[in-house]
Amino acid sequence: MNNFEYIRADDLSGAARFVASHGQAKFIGGGTNLVDLMKYAVERPTALVDLNRLKLRDITVLPDGGVRIGALVTNSDAAYSPVVSSRYPLLSRAILAGASAQLRNKATTSGNLLQRTRCVYFYDTAVPCNKREPGTGCPAKEGINRSLAILGTSVECIATHPSDMCVAMAALGAVVQVTGPTGDRSILFADFHRLPGDHPEIDSTLAKDEIITAVDLPATGFAKNSAYIKVRDRQSYAFALISVAAGLEVVDGLITKAGVAMGGVAHKPWRSAQLEQQLLVGKPANRDTWHAFQSALLAGAQGYGENDFKLKLAPVTVVRALEQAAHEGDQA
Amino acid sequence: MNTHLIGTDVNRIDGPAKVSGAAKYAGEFFASDMLYAVVVSGAIAHGEIASIDTHKAMKVPGAIEVFTHKNRPHLAWFDKSYLDEDAPTDGKPLRPLYDASIHHSGQPIALAVAESFEAARYMARLVHVEYKAFTHQTDMTMAVQEAKRIEKSNRTGIEPPPKPRGNSAEAYAAAAVKLDKTYHSPTETHNPMELFATTVVYNPDDTLTIYDKTQSVSNSQLYVTNIFGFSKSDVRVESPFVGGAFGSALRPQYQLYLATLAAKALKRSVRLTLTRDQMFTLGHRPETLQEIRIGANTNGDLQSLHNETMQATSRYENYFEVIANWSGLSYHCDNVTMEEKIVAMDTATPGDMRAPGAAQGVWAIETAMDELAVATGRDPVELRLQNYAEKDQNHDKKYSSKELKACYQQAAERFRWSERKSTPRTERRGTSLVGRGMAGGVWEAPQLPAAAKATLAPDGTLTVASGTADIGTGTYTAMAILAGEALGLPLNRVIVKLGDTELPVAPLEGGSWTIASVGTAVTEACKAVAEKIFKLAAGLDHSPLKHASFKEVEFVNERISLIADPSSFVTLQAALAAGDGKPIEEKTKSGPNLLKQHGYKSYTHSAVFAEVEVDEDFGTVSVCRVVSAIAGGRIINHEAARNQIIGGIVWGIGMALQEQSETDHQLGRIMNHNLAEYHVPVCADVHDIEVIFVKEDDDIVNPIGAKGLGEIGLVGVAAAIGNAIYNATGRRVRDLPITLDKLI
Repeated sequence: MNNFEYIRADDLSGAARFVASHGQAKFIGGGTNLVDLMKYAVERPTALVDLNRLKLRDITVLPDGGVRIGALVTNSDAAYSPVVSSRYPLLSRAILAGASAQLRNKATTSGNLLQRTRCVYFYDTAVPCNKREPGTGCPAKEGINRSLAILGTSVECIATHPSDMCVAMAALGAVVQVTGPTGDRSILFADFHRLPGDHPEIDSTLAKDEIITAVDLPATGFAKNSAYIKVRDRQSYAFALISVAAGLEVVDGLITKAGVAMGGVAHKPWRSAQLEQQLLVGKPANRDTWHAFQSALLAGAQGYGENDFKLKLAPVTVVRALEQAAHEGDQA
Repeated sequence: MNTHLIGTDVNRIDGPAKVSGAAKYAGEFFASDMLYAVVVSGAIAHGEIASIDTHKAMKVPGAIEVFTHKNRPHLAWFDKSYLDEDAPTDGKPLRPLYDASIHHSGQPIALAVAESFEAARYMARLVHVEYKAFTHQTDMTMAVQEAKRIEKSNRTGIEPPPKPRGNSAEAYAAAAVKLDKTYHSPTETHNPMELFATTVVYNPDDTLTIYDKTQSVSNSQLYVTNIFGFSKSDVRVESPFVGGAFGSALRPQYQLYLATLAAKALKRSVRLTLTRDQMFTLGHRPETLQEIRIGANTNGDLQSLHNETMQATSRYENYFEVIANWSGLSYHCDNVTMEEKIVAMDTATPGDMRAPGAAQGVWAIETAMDELAVATGRDPVELRLQNYAEKDQNHDKKYSSKELKACYQQAAERFRWSERKSTPRTERRGTSLVGRGMAGGVWEAPQLPAAAKATLAPDGTLTVASGTADIGTGTYTAMAILAGEALGLPLNRVIVKLGDTELPVAPLEGGSWTIASVGTAVTEACKAVAEKIFKLAAGLDHSPLKHASFKEVEFVNERISLIADPSSFVTLQAALAAGDGKPIEEKTKSGPNLLKQHGYKSYTHSAVFAEVEVDEDFGTVSVCRVVSAIAGGRIINHEAARNQIIGGIVWGIGMALQEQSETDHQLGRIMNHNLAEYHVPVCADVHDIEVIFVKEDDDIVNPIGAKGLGEIGLVGVAAAIGNAIYNATGRRVRDLPITLDKLI
């Protein structure tokens, strides 16, 4: 671990200015991922700006009926908050499927969005990794890639985004609120994370000196018909091999609204609103529909050896999630 | 009423110290003026250090030194100086920093030493190394053609296969039912919670007090004295508490070597704690490939058995463990050939890991037996009973005891084995297929020479001491129980000391032999004390024991009473008051009674039954129920014994479903070197577990009749789970771990 400066931010603009003017400065929230990465010398910030004193810990209902989750709301508080668990059970389930109770108590909403891949090569500074050190190569493609991506990969990188929470947020169609030296802006969840392309070192579209202030959930939360399924190598404290967040609105057996996102398959939560419109909305809530949808959603998926099994596992997981979501009300 | 301790549920006597933090582990000892050291680990699997630049590191404020092969102090010249009690005798033990050569990825190549841990860690990162890489091989499947047959033992108690018996090839050719399969088990890495650590306290008189994470203080002492030229009187090694080891601390690890090197060179106290990543650069359970051929008649009676095992070792040491032999031991078969081969690769030398060899060997044969049951339409339990081994055919000796039939019977009943459907894919729960499977387990029950001391103070407080270790298994408590039982004292009057080279010498704490070896020594030392007190008691005026012999009295409830008439007694207090006011102290050395044991071999046995649910779409496996019946001789502490077996079963769940050290063969490096990626079971993976101890009387195995339980809990579990998965799904997986990709 390198030496670093530590500053507690008292206001958003001051924090943003400090990071803008210090080359290797980073914000810290719960620190559950960043501190690990610093110990491994994967992240080497020269300064940490601690955001924890900022007033970003509230969960509030917005005028349009949506819900705003402050950036510093812990994963536990978000998952167990009555408004989230009753109106967005999909999000609660996804959060509780992640990490461990201890980590969820510490991890923040904004930090969860910004956690970095769990690719084993990324974590080991003795070996090449294009994400950690651009241009050094990607041993994962022919190496240990059991947990890595099958969609949206590039020659440079096949990493996955590890979050469970983000998969649900993507399915819900959340909006990320950010602020920075040039003012505030809103980023659609689908645009927040990016694919690796030629720049696998860049995970998101957030600028270095921008701060996430909140995540807004839309008014409709699929409270009646949703499911989060996470397939993993052990029953807790493991990252998803495949996860699917599925939310449906079903009227008289026909789907009127849908949101489906996948984790464990790509560098970002994998969702296609267009395919949902084409293949789910207006269609009967049955297995034929799920199969047609999964095969379109997973079109072009490619395995790299160890992770070939995901090509078989992903379709059945999508189908199971949709089936479970559609029938959730039946069991209640 | 007589209060007996043996066989009851006794809480750990060291429990309060552990949960309150009073118990100190090797990396928690402190010395004034202590330095901190951090290891720089190599990045390549095979090659040389072309250059190593420590210039930047030495500029860090607080930097003291960076030791490398360029500036290291004098070290012993000959390989034999680097041998420890558990090292294979043919090989060249690793000598960190001795020269520029690199033998495995993660090899220690430099040691940064500073006034603070933070400075040392930063320094370690600033050491710049250039390598000259040579070709390497870490992929066992690519190296098997270079396998070498093991002809002779190179570690105590580790035997090559016996000579073939009968003619397995002919019998196989003639057999009506034939099975010929290969079983693969991966490299696994020990991951005790406590990281490897050594604190070397440099005393003003140039002697060392070393706090080491070790399963043998005397082995650590031997190692550093030989390498660094100390006399034994100059080096005291202490290890009062060990936070798990599982075999990884049998051999001295490189933190002991490097911390001692630095302390000696700098004449300062040094603490060195390895990282979790560096755990993956120490020993590991070797990868194995077992080719098993079984010939049987249509009724399932074994006619031929052939096991050819290949196991991985390093290029620098010919380590091997007993894997194939379990096949020939477990069942009666007159035509048996077993071969053990090692395959050298560019990795660290493997090491003993809980039930070394049996974990893999019994998994393979017990899976094969399940396959034979399927092939012959026999019930797996019936098949085992009809092939039951009434004697140890490998050694042509009788068993000192073997209550395995009782294990099968009691576990089957508790498990409700009769409800099992023998046809796969016949039982469902929701989206899951349900299956049930079973397997047997076996491990050795040896007794080794050990010494102990018992001291009874005039106030009636007893101290027992032996230089053994408690790696979390409950040695402290077991010693206290045996001592208390021998002298009729309650546990709160017994003090136990262990883990110190100043104490009587005990063998390495491993192999499930501690209770038999140290337990016997402690009992005998206490009996010697008892004889002296008895003489005092009998010599009292009007003593009711005046005409009794030692054999006619017992020590219960702080009294010495006549067995025939417990109302005739002398209190311990009264007997002690008759003494000279000095403590009564006895030292004993005990060892196996060779005369009594002649013609016998001793083992622990188990029968493990498992029920699994396998999600049909996802291939995820949940082990919902395990029942394990153990024949482990006399149980000393029922609570700790049950605890051990449950721990072994949980480990078995991990072995069956999760554990593997994943090597990138291009880089020659284990890549999942942390506990997020190296999976072991978490609480959510562990469901109903039941343990049964069957009654097993054995007065041959050792005087106390106890057999160690450290390994047996694990042996057979992976096979039982794999067999249950077959019963659920109809898929036979011969490649551990059984991850979901193998089932979809």
